[in-house]
Formats: sequence, structure tokens, C-alpha cells
Amino acid sequence: MANKEDTNDVNLNHSQKKSHNPKMAAILSIIPGIGQVYNGRKIKGSIFFILFAAFIIVFNDFLNIGFWGLVTLGEIPRIDDSRVLLAQGIMALILTSFAVTFYVANLMDAYKDAKRIQQGWKPSSIREEFRNAWDKGFPYLLVGPGLFLLIFVVVFPLLFMVFLAFTNYNIHNAPPRHLLSWVGFDNFIALVTIPIWRDTFFTVLSWTLIWTFVATTLQIALALFLAIIVNDPRVKFKRLIRTVFILPWAVPGFVTILIFSAIFHDQFGAINRDLLIPLLGFGIDWLSDPFWTKIALIMIQVWLGFPFVFALFTGVLQSISSDWYEAADIDGASRWQKFRNITFPHVMFATAPLLIMQYAGNFNNFNIIFLFNQGGPAVRGQNAGGTDILISWVYGLTFETQNFNMAAAISIIIGLMVAGFAFFQFRRTRSFKEEGKI
Amino acid sequence: MSRKTKNIIELTGIYSVIALMFVVIFYPLLWTLGLSLNPGTSLYGASMIPENWSLVHYEWLFTNPRSDYLVWYKNTIIVATATSFFAVLFVSLVAYAFSRYRFVGRTYGLYAFLLLQMFPVLMAMVAIYILLNTVNLLDTLTGLIIVYIGGAIPMNAFLVKGYFDTIPRELDESAKIDGAGHFRIFFTIMLPLAKPILAVVALFNFMAPFMDFILPRIILRSPENFTLALGLFNFVNDQFANNFTRFAAGAILIAIPIATVFLLLQRYLVSGLTAGATKG
Repeated sequence: MANKEDTNDVNLNHSQKKSHNPKMAAILSIIPGIGQVYNGRKIKGSIFFILFAAFIIVFNDFLNIGFWGLVTLGEIPRIDDSRVLLAQGIMALILTSFAVTFYVANLMDAYKDAKRIQQGWKPSSIREEFRNAWDKGFPYLLVGPGLFLLIFVVVFPLLFMVFLAFTNYNIHNAPPRHLLSWVGFDNFIALVTIPIWRDTFFTVLSWTLIWTFVATTLQIALALFLAIIVNDPRVKFKRLIRTVFILPWAVPGFVTILIFSAIFHDQFGAINRDLLIPLLGFGIDWLSDPFWTKIALIMIQVWLGFPFVFALFTGVLQSISSDWYEAADIDGASRWQKFRNITFPHVMFATAPLLIMQYAGNFNNFNIIFLFNQGGPAVRGQNAGGTDILISWVYGLTFETQNFNMAAAISIIIGLMVAGFAFFQFRRTRSFKEEGKI
Repeated sequence: MSRKTKNIIELTGIYSVIALMFVVIFYPLLWTLGLSLNPGTSLYGASMIPENWSLVHYEWLFTNPRSDYLVWYKNTIIVATATSFFAVLFVSLVAYAFSRYRFVGRTYGLYAFLLLQMFPVLMAMVAIYILLNTVNLLDTLTGLIIVYIGGAIPMNAFLVKGYFDTIPRELDESAKIDGAGHFRIFFTIMLPLAKPILAVVALFNFMAPFMDFILPRIILRSPENFTLALGLFNFVNDQFANNFTRFAAGAILIAIPIATVFLLLQRYLVSGLTAGATKG
């Protein structure tokens, strides 16, 4: 950004500046600020140095205790609380990673400035420097508050959970009475080798996958079918019909699930009492037979989940140009061909990322499983209920049996599955392909 | 003739499917309404069309000294308003930075948001519990609000960023040439243009506290701090079949305002969602 007046000076000073060494600046910056001073940017250098010194003075003890705690998890039972030490350790890690980022930025800054000086660039005036700092720093200022919250409410807890999975924290070995210790991958190994854990894990996992696939797919299929028939030009009162179809989405989910659990109640429920017994002569044990509970859950989820997809599809259907269908009519295409080659691709292309989110959402749909029957009915020979999915099993392990280590290990598995799948799919969406343009 | 018959048969089919769906959708809702009007408190013996209907349960919720319903309603509205306001503020700032500026960690930040929004807050509940305990925010509405806001950032920032990207860059660049500062561009150009998506974010975050019961269950302990969802859940959970008609009355009073707002704004909501997700 050399000004026009400076151009002459630049040429004159060119040979002198050759002596200015970028590597030297970078090496001096091992103590932040010195390199910047060497570059002739005294204010910037002193700010860097003050920040650096303040960081060391303020956080030295905290980091020390933090890392000591993270490695040892405490040494004296009842006095050292391993959970608190672990939390401090993670904070220390987060702080350190920020410090390292800043440190590297400082080294690079000194090197880059020195290089530009070598090529004949003059450090700008203080006013301009402040302006530059404001311009460059502005995005960080915007992200700052949100990032801070995000780190403490989301990132920190997730890291804590990850670390817990490698400890032996359970009801028999709970701080502050006992100390925790690192056990490596023992919890994951236990999950696939100890019979009761292995049986439960694989039963729960397979039901989770079936649940995700069947409930979500049915939900999407019903939505697609309804969106198409309501979109038929011959149908009247479209607005009214669409509003009613969106109603299940509008009513708070926890209310409807609790209502359904009353409707499906084995003895007093409306389905058994008013529908099945008068018609068929017998009722179904909706809440005490695992198989029928699963059926009921899937039906309820379809009821709850189809309106959102229906609303999406309706929007897309209205935007498909009628030229497509007219051209197909001229070619004599059948209704099925029109659906397969025009409607379906259009709808799927426009909504794919949101549909993937539906699958991911149902994979972790804790509310319906827990509220309908608390994951029950209980099943012999495993420590999860008959309809527990992974996330509700984690809840049970955490708050009912206090197997924190196993809960954390399973959480990691859930996280990896969902993240891997979604990440792979999302990379294909346009928002990432266009990333380079900005 | 045959074509006309076919037409009639098809239309009958369509309308009967629609009618069937109407029954399936309305039955549980009307059943709840009917139940809430039953004079007795137990599920047993209650019927959908009560013979002598009464509003005793509604009256009980508001006037009985043992009912905390109004306190819960107040708590929920406090939490919802605060969450909605701060979530919109933080999310729009973050999304603006990601949409318009280049800075260190931008691309990785986007990937990180995508990953983080996949993890339900529920997975980290133990840590949240310990964290709030150490900073003395356990069993407070403030603690709950903070967790809601933090959890809302990744998902919503992504949506809003997608929407900001659709606003032509020429607009803010020409403003910059005219000498407008960063904040001026943000408040006078970006925010007004992004109103639809901001409304979606505000609405989502306003409704979440009405619907969510699991976070309050982990964070809140004393009944005077409960939100509606948690309070009502405990209400039926203690004695499922015995309090059901009262629960039904309480549920109706939540469902009606939420559903009304939702239906009024859903057009906005769907268009905002698809714009953010596909164009983003």
C-alpha cells in the first residue's frame, strides 16, 4: 500500500534495506515483540510484549496445575477432586492452544514485515497502523463473543466427555472419595468383549440403525406422497389442507409424545379401549411388549416428523416449471415416468441436505424414546431398555447407573458415526464448493 | 365416459387419503382437548367427549396455591426471550464475519461448526453439569440461557451465513467506498436485508425453551425455577394416570399460542430454511 510520494524514497533506500534480515526478525520474535521492534514498529512490538508477559504472569500457575492435573488426575484421594482437575486441565489445554496460535502468528508477522522492509517497504504511520489493525482485527472482534460462548458451552463439555471415556469413572470409583486414573482404550474394549456390554451394545446399535432408517424414510415417503397429491391441480382448499398437515409440527413435540403415551396406554389408552377391543376383541400391549413399542414409536415419529418434510416438498413442487411436464406430455410419458424423471430428481436435489439432517436428527432423537416409554420396557440380560437407542442409553448410563466412563465411550461412538456420515454428505453441497470464491 | 369415471375415482381416492390424514392428525389433539375438560383428574374413566364438561383444571392451574403453572410460564418466557435475543445477536455477528471477511481459521471454523451442530448438547451433559456447578450457575435460569445460546450458535450461524452469502457483495462494497465503517455496513445494510432468516432464528430459539425438557431437567432443581416443559413433564411423570387431565389442560395452554405463532410464520420459516441450506 505504498503511497505515491513514498515511491522515490523506496528506490533510494532500496540498497540499504537489503541488510534487514527476515530470519533475524523471526528469531528475535521468540520473545514476542522484540522482532517487531527490530522492524521499527515499536508500539506494536511493545503491545505484543506486554500481552505475552501478562499471559505468562497471570496463567503460569493455572497452566502448571492444569497440566499436572491432566496427567496425574490428582494424587491424594478426598483432597484432589479428579473431575475438577480434569476440567482445569482441559481449560489449560484450550488456553495453551490459543497462546500457541498467537505465538505462531507473532513469528509470522515479524518475518513478513521484515521481508517487506527488505523489499523497500516503509512502516506506515501510527494512525494508519491503528486503522489497519482495526480493519484486520474486525472479523475477530465479530467472532470473539460467539466463539467464547461456544468454547465454554459446547467445545469444553465435548472435550471433557472425550477425556472421560479414557478414565475409570463409574459409581464404584467416583470422586472425590476415589481418584480417577487413565485406562487407555479399556472402556472401548470392554464394550465389545464383556458379554453383557457387548450384547447390549449390538442390540441397541442395530435398533438405533433400524429406527433411524425406517422412521425417517417412512416420514419422507409419506410427506412426498401427500405433497404430490395435494399439489394436484384438481384438489380444492389447498391452503386449508396444507395448514392442517403442518399442525403436528406446530404443536410442541414433548406435549404430543406424552399424549401419545397416554393414548397407547395398555389399560386406559384410547387405542386399546376405544379401537382395538371393540373391533378385534383384544388389545395390544403397546408399552410392555418391546416389539409393539417399537411399532408405536415409528408410527408416532412419522406423525411428528412428516409435516416438516411435507412443507419443504410443497415449496419445491410449486417451483418446478410446468414446461417440463408439458414437454413430457408431448412425448407421451406416463404419470410414473413423469414422477421418476422430473418430480423426484427436482425434489431430492433441492432438499437433500435437509433430508440428511432428518436422518441425523432421528439417530439422536432422545425426546421421543425417553418421553414415550423411557426406553422401556425392560429386557432381561441387558442393561438398556427394549427400545433404547444409543443416546437414550447414554442418558440412562449417566443419570441412572452412573457409568460415566461407558456413557462417554458410547457418546464418542455416536459422535463419530453421525459426524462421519453427515460430513461426507455435506461436502458435496454447494456451500462448500463455493467456499473458495469468497 | 371412461376418462370422466377415472377422474372421479382418482379424486375420491385423493380426498379420502386427505380425510384419513385429517382424522389421524386431529384425533390426538381433540382427544387432549376433550380430556382437559373432564371433571375428574385420572385418565381412567375420562372420555374424549365428557358428559358434564368443566373448566376446573384450567382454573386449578391458575388459582390453586399448589400449582406453579404461572411461575413456570413466566420462567419460560424469560428464558425464551433472552435466548432468542442473544442468539440472534451472536449468530448474526459470527455469520457476518464468516460471510464477508477472510481471516485465520475461517475455513476450518466452518467445518468445525458443521461438525459441532451434529453433536446434541445432551452428549456433554455431565460436563455441563460440572461446569455450571463450578461457576455457581446450576439451578439458575441464567445458566440455562447461556447453554441454550452457546448450543444455538453452530447450527444457526451456518444458516445465517448461507443467507448473507446470497446478499450481493456489491451493496456493502459500494457502501465501503462511500466511507461507511464496518459496524455501519453491518447494521444498516446486512441486518435489514437478512430479516427473514433472522426472524427464523429468533423464532426457533424462542420456541426451543417451550419444547425442550431435557436440559432444564439436568440444570434446574427447584420447582420455582422450572420451565413449562419440565414442570409439566414432572407433573405426569410422578403419577402418570392420575394427573393426566390437569396435564392435558396445561398442555393445551402451551400448544395453542405456540401453534398459532408457528402457523402464522411457517411460510417464512420454510423459505428461510431452504434458502440457507441450498443456496448457502
